[in-house]
Amino acid sequence: MYGEGILKGMAVTLKHLFKKPVTVQYPEERAPMFPRFRGYEFVWYEDRCTGCASCAKYCPLGTIRIETETEPDPNVGDRYGLKVFDIDTGRCMFCGLCVEACPYDALFMGTGFERATYTRPSMVVHIDELRAAKKKPSAYARPHLHGINFEDETSLSSEEAGR
Amino acid sequence: MTLKTEPITVNIGPQHPSTHGVFRLRVAFDGEVIQDVEPVFGYLHRGSEKLAEERTYTQVVTLTDRLDYVAPMTSNQAYVLAVERLMGIEAPERGQYIRVMMAELMRIASHLMMIGFFLQDMGAFGTPLMYTFREREDILDLFEMVCGARITVTYMRVGGVQADLPPEFTPALERFLAKIPGQIDDLEQLLSGNEILIARTKNVGLLSAEAAINGSVTGPALRASGVDWDLRKSDPYEIYDQLEFDVPIGENGDNYDRFVLRLEEMRQSVRIVRQCKEQMPGGPHRLELPMLLRPPAGDAYGRVEAPKGELGFYLVSDGSIAPYRCAIRSPSFINLTVLRDMLIGWKLADMVTIFGSLDVNMGEVDR
Ligand code: SF4
Ligand code: SF4
Repeated sequence: MYGEGILKGMAVTLKHLFKKPVTVQYPEERAPMFPRFRGYEFVWYEDRCTGCASCAKYCPLGTIRIETETEPDPNVGDRYGLKVFDIDTGRCMFCGLCVEACPYDALFMGTGFERATYTRPSMVVHIDELRAAKKKPSAYARPHLHGINFEDETSLSSEEAGR
Repeated sequence: MTLKTEPITVNIGPQHPSTHGVFRLRVAFDGEVIQDVEPVFGYLHRGSEKLAEERTYTQVVTLTDRLDYVAPMTSNQAYVLAVERLMGIEAPERGQYIRVMMAELMRIASHLMMIGFFLQDMGAFGTPLMYTFREREDILDLFEMVCGARITVTYMRVGGVQADLPPEFTPALERFLAKIPGQIDDLEQLLSGNEILIARTKNVGLLSAEAAINGSVTGPALRASGVDWDLRKSDPYEIYDQLEFDVPIGENGDNYDRFVLRLEEMRQSVRIVRQCKEQMPGGPHRLELPMLLRPPAGDAYGRVEAPKGELGFYLVSDGSIAPYRCAIRSPSFINLTVLRDMLIGWKLADMVTIFGSLDVNMGEVDR
């Protein structure tokens, strides 16, 4: 019968008319992120970082810039002091290789995703920003962090983040 | 009195929405009939092959995500298989199962996208595309669960996969597997019997088996012409020889066959994913390898059946930390060789549907 195909197709669209929409009304509603989400705002624990620069070396794009000096505290012998630790997130592709490479579990991927800015230079995350930032590490390459739910105000300290 | 007419040349693309990316066709028309076609590409060239020469073997995985951005998992897989062959190692069984599962989910996602855009090109504006994108979204959610990203996955590693499946993955996969067969049926019912679709696809854009083989066409476009050639069966890699599935074959090699064949392939992929889930062995998901790999000097070719055809990586190693040469055989690029013969003689309105039925991804064509 001519038109049968159209009727069949219309039946499918009609069925969808009564289904709940799958879209999320973004600024009011938010889709939840999965624990392993590789997001913005790298989490960096200065007390763990030795300045070995493995993360910078394994980054395919040379996004991380590290400058070290001798450790100011003469009683500490197993690490460098860090002068510069900049992550240029304008270049970063959030591949997570740096996090995988860090031998001291000092660097984590973040869980945020709303960091649009107006200028390129402001996309560079400097060492002070990394120090001050709220620490909401993602479970990417750190499976022990699985299942932590971050409220707005949570910030994990180095001890809480575990290894 | 006869009118003197001249063929006119029309530029289609590179920014035309129906060329699926930045692809340009210089077409000579005689009235409405296509007389000659000259494909022009290179607008998306990023030099991936050259970039790979100065990246370490692990870092190159990130480049492969960006080849076929509709199917990054299979690009990952082809590359790591090539490196594994170069080093003479094999991933543990669990790793192989996870990889195959991801590759088949990726095939479903890629075919969904092809079907959505194909129907959109034909004038079914919006609705089918929104349906297929909704289904694809579920698959991307699964990817985000396992590796933290939806498109630029960087999930597979030489010797396995980056991380084991998370605990929430299996229930989510079960929900997906319960839903998807019905959704594929819906998609078929939506338009397959439609008179307009049949008029515009049946016997349009014929590609004979001989022409397809001569043009080195692979993937669904070749199988729709009636050639039984699927690397998963004819040169099984990973664990495909332990899985049960059929390879659908078309008859005429027209647009309709290429469209329906993909629907059928998605059903087979669902079967494979289900088997992988049931047979998933325990054990490690990854070999213990250093991050900096130094394969012995030599060369190797690794290939997989990507959603668009045979995707291969040819690697030459000089024993250092980066490939000496990395050549990519991308199915989209090679499938384009038959486009000219397929288009000549058809009308302007058929051009976009024939092109769409080949399912070409520009990221992979230009590399
Ligand atoms: S996520 Fe990838 S690109 Fe970004 S800094 Fe880390 S290694 Fe570099
Ligand atoms: S790899 Fe880890 S410990 Fe080394 S410099 Fe980077 S963040 Fe610090």
